[in-house]
Amino acid sequence: MSEPLLDVRDLRVSFRTRNGKVAAVDGISFQVGVGEVVGLVGESGSGKSVSMLSVLRLIDNPNCVVEGEVLFKGRDLLTMSDAEMRKIRGDEIAMIFQDPMTALTPVYTAGWHISEQIRAHEKVSKQAAMDRAVQLLDSVGIPNAKERVNSYPHEFSGGMRQRVVIAMALSCNPSLLIADEPTTALDVTIQAQILELLQNLQSDFGSSIVIITHDMGVVSQVSDRVMVMYGGRLVESGPRRDVMRDPLHPYTWGLMGSIPPTDGTRTPRLAAIPGAPISPSDPDRDRCLFSPRCRFASDACRPTPLLAMHTPGHMDACILPLAERPERRREALTPVEVTL
Amino acid sequence: MTSPTQDALIANTGQAPVLLEARNVVKHFPIRTPEGKQQVQAVDGVSLKVRAGETLGLVGESGCGKSTFGRCLVRLIDVTSGQVIYDGEDITAMSRKALRKRRMDFQMVFQDPYASLNPRRRAAATVEEPMRTHELGTDAEIKQKALELLRVVGFDESFANRYPHEFSGGQRQRLGIARALALQPRLLIADEPVSALDVSIQAQVLNLLADLQDDNKLTYVFIAHDLAVVHHISDRIGVMYLGELVELGESTALYNNPRHPYTEALLSAIPVIDTESEVRERIVLTGDLPSPINKPPGCAFAARCRYVQDICIKEKPLLQMQSDGREVACHFPVA
Repeated sequence: MSEPLLDVRDLRVSFRTRNGKVAAVDGISFQVGVGEVVGLVGESGSGKSVSMLSVLRLIDNPNCVVEGEVLFKGRDLLTMSDAEMRKIRGDEIAMIFQDPMTALTPVYTAGWHISEQIRAHEKVSKQAAMDRAVQLLDSVGIPNAKERVNSYPHEFSGGMRQRVVIAMALSCNPSLLIADEPTTALDVTIQAQILELLQNLQSDFGSSIVIITHDMGVVSQVSDRVMVMYGGRLVESGPRRDVMRDPLHPYTWGLMGSIPPTDGTRTPRLAAIPGAPISPSDPDRDRCLFSPRCRFASDACRPTPLLAMHTPGHMDACILPLAERPERRREALTPVEVTL
Repeated sequence: MTSPTQDALIANTGQAPVLLEARNVVKHFPIRTPEGKQQVQAVDGVSLKVRAGETLGLVGESGCGKSTFGRCLVRLIDVTSGQVIYDGEDITAMSRKALRKRRMDFQMVFQDPYASLNPRRRAAATVEEPMRTHELGTDAEIKQKALELLRVVGFDESFANRYPHEFSGGQRQRLGIARALALQPRLLIADEPVSALDVSIQAQVLNLLADLQDDNKLTYVFIAHDLAVVHHISDRIGVMYLGELVELGESTALYNNPRHPYTEALLSAIPVIDTESEVRERIVLTGDLPSPINKPPGCAFAARCRYVQDICIKEKPLLQMQSDGREVACHFPVA
């Protein structure tokens, strides 16, 4: 692989709280190649959003400690000056958030949002920036862009608002786009429109995309590579096909078993994961964090199992012998009576 | 693959008596606009039957009126016109007092498990309240029953004295379910009961609902926007669009062979996990849901439909039984 666009090395994000240090992200390392779409999956509290927010240094909580290295085009974002960081944010790396209403200022028009961003990074006239805004709105599929550029956020529907936010993110042709649950607030038919749009953008502009989501289906549809997070750590990572067709980690099995089948068959029960996701403030961290919910857990689950590469690019952090996995996976996907 | 009990239920539902029937239920909300007073046509003439012991899924996107319809079914809001017949009685015409008694039979589970619990009331007290309201036994009996109910949904006694904020999202939803079961209802209306939950927790709650149905012979109306979840839990599915029922049919048949163009598009929009199974053709709908204020005269879906013809814009298609038993409101049902 050529030089990666983004190279995250042992990123740790923790928060100082009254009850001690809470590790939201607990040492994750990954790379995003040029033009690659990476899906980051996990449940609430798994650290998926916090990790990407800290890549952009968007966490301004004074009690937050970010450690590790985030190399973007070879430069460490975490040690950059604020002024330098500001040049990169929105220009080279852009972010799309889950809720398109709170990402827009209600008192300004769509065009203002976009042109403001363009003018922050480039020396162009107001008129030129506005013209670009019209083009951008048009390219993200907003009908009648010339007039809609003067509309306020409340005059757009949810899907259209998300398009405005995407147009903002694209305004400076970023080489990396981070999309945090971009379709979660949207209906499925609108979600399909937005996912298609993101895919087109990737092929037209060649941007790399990191898409954060809890929805395995969304990940499966758009990403080249999938990373699964649990308790602030990566538990599995690999090419989309490998992870979806031949998942290795028991947590990934659990996630897949929790989703009702989409192939038209009905099962009376789902292979749910017992228990609740681990709390980031759980002090007992020198173990596989999924082990309390894992039916294959044993004493060997501590200390923390390391990520091991099994096939090219496909790695996971589990102590189960590789040869046993297919059998175990079948077991895991068979629903049993679980105690809640 | 279904369990024997479920097979029996599915086989039986054909003969099972109708427990709940909606007859042409209409709910309009008056609003003021710059153009004067207008009506939001949230539910626009929905008729359907729910048989005892079955699960009827109602699916549709935001704004399609599925929640409003669900609330009409238990008369949390009054209908504008139409009737809701529960076990032979029209609840829309009942007195408040009679309705209050009848409500013991049908309970509701809400989407947001935090907003629907009193933050200052402990778990046990939350479950006891409906029993106290209806005076179902002595204090000791009610307390005993509440603990039993908490156990049924997976809580041991240590949870009884906790407040809602001490529960996680999935646990709160289970608490809401325990409260709904307190009066031993025959019918549960669940409005998006799992959509606020993480997938692993969602699966737990879906399993719990399935078990409770088997154990207590419950009838469910399950309202959700997620077709895969609705298909999983329902025996029959009704698809709503812009306040109207556009398709109604047996769950798996509808899922595998949608007849209404909207159902077809909705199904194709579900992101499918890349497994060996074949991927269906993706139909990406253009545009958004039309406004429920000034609904188009013809078919509500015409503006986004890929099979649209002239007649669709002029004439509203009615929900009609097809040869395969499916009910579809379309001039040109998909084969």
